[in-house]
Amino acid sequence: MSLKFKDLLGLEHLDKNDLQTILDSVKIFKGLFKKSNKTSTLRGKTVVTLFYEPSTRTRTSFEIAAKRLSADVVNIAVSGSSIIKGESLIDTGKTLEAMGADYIVIRHMLAGTPDMLARNLNISIINAGDGFHEHPTQGLLDLYTIYERKKRIEGLRVLLIGDILHSRVARSNIWALTKMGAEVLVLGPSTLIPASIEDLGVKVYHNLDEAIKKVDVLNILRVQFERQQENLFPSIREYISLYQLTKERLAMAKSGVLIMHPGPMNRGIEVTSEVVDAPNAAISEQIVNGVAVRMAVFCLLEHVV
Amino acid sequence: MSTYKEGKMRLQIKNIRIVDPPSQNQDLIGDVFVEDGKIVSKFSGDADEVVDGEGKIAVPGFIDVHAHLREPGQEIKETIYTGTRSAAKGGVTTVFCMPNTEPVIDSTSVVEFIFHKTRKEGCVNVFPVGCATKGLQGLELSEMGLLKEAGIVAVSDDGFPISNSRVMRRVLEYSKMFKLPVISHSEDKELSGNGVMNEGKNSTFLGLRGIPKQAEEVMVSRDIMLAELTGAYLHIAHVSTAGSVDLVRQAKKKNVKVTAETCPHYFTLTDNDVKVYDANTKINPPLRGKEDVDAIKRGLADGTIDCIATDHAPHTQEEKGKEFDLAPFGIIGFETLLSLVLDELVDTGVLSFCEAISKMTSNPAKIFNLEGRGTLKEGSVADVTIIDTRYSYEFKKEKIVSKGKNSPFIGRRFKGGVVMTIVGGNIVWSLNNNSITSFDRR
Repeated sequence: MSLKFKDLLGLEHLDKNDLQTILDSVKIFKGLFKKSNKTSTLRGKTVVTLFYEPSTRTRTSFEIAAKRLSADVVNIAVSGSSIIKGESLIDTGKTLEAMGADYIVIRHMLAGTPDMLARNLNISIINAGDGFHEHPTQGLLDLYTIYERKKRIEGLRVLLIGDILHSRVARSNIWALTKMGAEVLVLGPSTLIPASIEDLGVKVYHNLDEAIKKVDVLNILRVQFERQQENLFPSIREYISLYQLTKERLAMAKSGVLIMHPGPMNRGIEVTSEVVDAPNAAISEQIVNGVAVRMAVFCLLEHVV
Repeated sequence: MSTYKEGKMRLQIKNIRIVDPPSQNQDLIGDVFVEDGKIVSKFSGDADEVVDGEGKIAVPGFIDVHAHLREPGQEIKETIYTGTRSAAKGGVTTVFCMPNTEPVIDSTSVVEFIFHKTRKEGCVNVFPVGCATKGLQGLELSEMGLLKEAGIVAVSDDGFPISNSRVMRRVLEYSKMFKLPVISHSEDKELSGNGVMNEGKNSTFLGLRGIPKQAEEVMVSRDIMLAELTGAYLHIAHVSTAGSVDLVRQAKKKNVKVTAETCPHYFTLTDNDVKVYDANTKINPPLRGKEDVDAIKRGLADGTIDCIATDHAPHTQEEKGKEFDLAPFGIIGFETLLSLVLDELVDTGVLSFCEAISKMTSNPAKIFNLEGRGTLKEGSVADVTIIDTRYSYEFKKEKIVSKGKNSPFIGRRFKGGVVMTIVGGNIVWSLNNNSITSFDRR
């Protein structure tokens, strides 16, 4: 099994077969991961994580995935200020390539930066989140988590709740789920819904009590406090009253509804602790699947170098 | 190629199709005679130089009412030397340079500097556009009277639109007595926010912040109302949306003194072309939708849009090579102007050849009161552009004359282009040697 491209920049350009290939191999890698064994698949390969935004879970997940495959891992955390200093991203990428990196896993606050690297380098580029654009491995791990729990994707209804406008997780989820035949609903305050989102094949809702009854999966997105300062919603209090997933609201949902959150969570804001700890929540399963997905991606990408 | 001294030479272009929009029904094969830098009906003696015009077309030299030559202050992007040569290659014989230089064009000394540099190093006419407000600050009126005396042809704060409506009213009122058109880069900067491309499906797909069309239309609407209030001359720059075309069309019906321009990229590209995060598609106003492109073509066809300008905005490759969010707005335009007009408007039947030429010659000359330009009538300044519609070429980066290589059209094939440019009776560029002839206008 392998994919016919060297980079994973987003899920927009993957087709159903690509996604199925990934799902199938994640299962295998998850088995390997659970056995706590290392494989020698990537022995001698070097993975560089190049993070322009702070991240603990995504970077660590990539690092563990790479190490389980016996790759050497170098972590670079770049502070936001070096962008302002005018350091060229392409120069940085070329330097890492010259040093023998086989993969660059990049996280950046600006959309399109992984594409920029991929256009200028020969090694594999994996997007670990770029601005509001995409976070493909998160989209894949969410897809796999649903697949694992529900045994299918096609015909399911998935609700994404929260700040859709600024969410790369939402975009990658939408691409993956709609391509696999799920129906995607997005829900949030109208100021946090991007223009023409319906063109991605989704339905827009603003009322949680109405939408929650219709769906098989709830994926709750993190709400960022600075959005309130940007005047996109009036107060946290109002956000909680309209969009917080509570035990009471959950009671209105279909039984067995799957609850997910890409993390990090603001307990007590977008979701209450009771909900997070409910048996049909798959939040810690998402973390495990994240490592397996990243192992799969490292192995499936076409090796050019 | 020989160098001429003004007032001494006689140039004859033989057997050429002549298309001069102001001369009604005049589309004939004949000779163009140039003497003392002017168009004449014929010579008393022999020509000093004869150009064979067989199969080609002579039109008035293009007047580009919207360009950035970057000098003084940003010579790293472009200079009067390089910018006017790029213009010459594009058949542009008169360039209006916008005032966002360093220092800005709000004093007579900067105007004089630009004229001085143009005389010394330039090869086409350069007419500065003065600031509408001091320092492009949007607060105090600029010294329009003195600036006009120094030679400006219009006022504008261009990329720094005047947000205060009372100030804009005063600018319009005050400029009116000098017959100085006010060029409005219509944009509500608050509404644009940190947007970097058109707001819509594509900005959502790409995760880039959007600029709604209304950011332009709100200001077009306001400025038309203020033009109505003051009776001043308002020229709307680089119209990019269907809504703006409608607003200008309605205003013209009400006899508001408003004119408008668009740029080749707004009738050629859409926000679909931003797909690869190429900063050479990052322009302000941004590339819009297909429906806007269609409306702009209709606006050009029915006369709502009077002019085609380039908004030539050179930047360095380093600046344009940055992340999409961090790269500056703007693309170069002189060298692809005519080819895009021919490809997108004339060959597709949107405009006749003569109509298309009028939007780059006689219309801008009339709007900006350029006496004796934009026509090939006897006695006019001999600014002539020679076109060959059979000339087919690929627009290559290494052939770009401008210092800026920031064009989304690199690699595109064109049929039809400029083959010779004459300014004040002097051949300043010709395709044969593909180089700029030495030129001294003194």
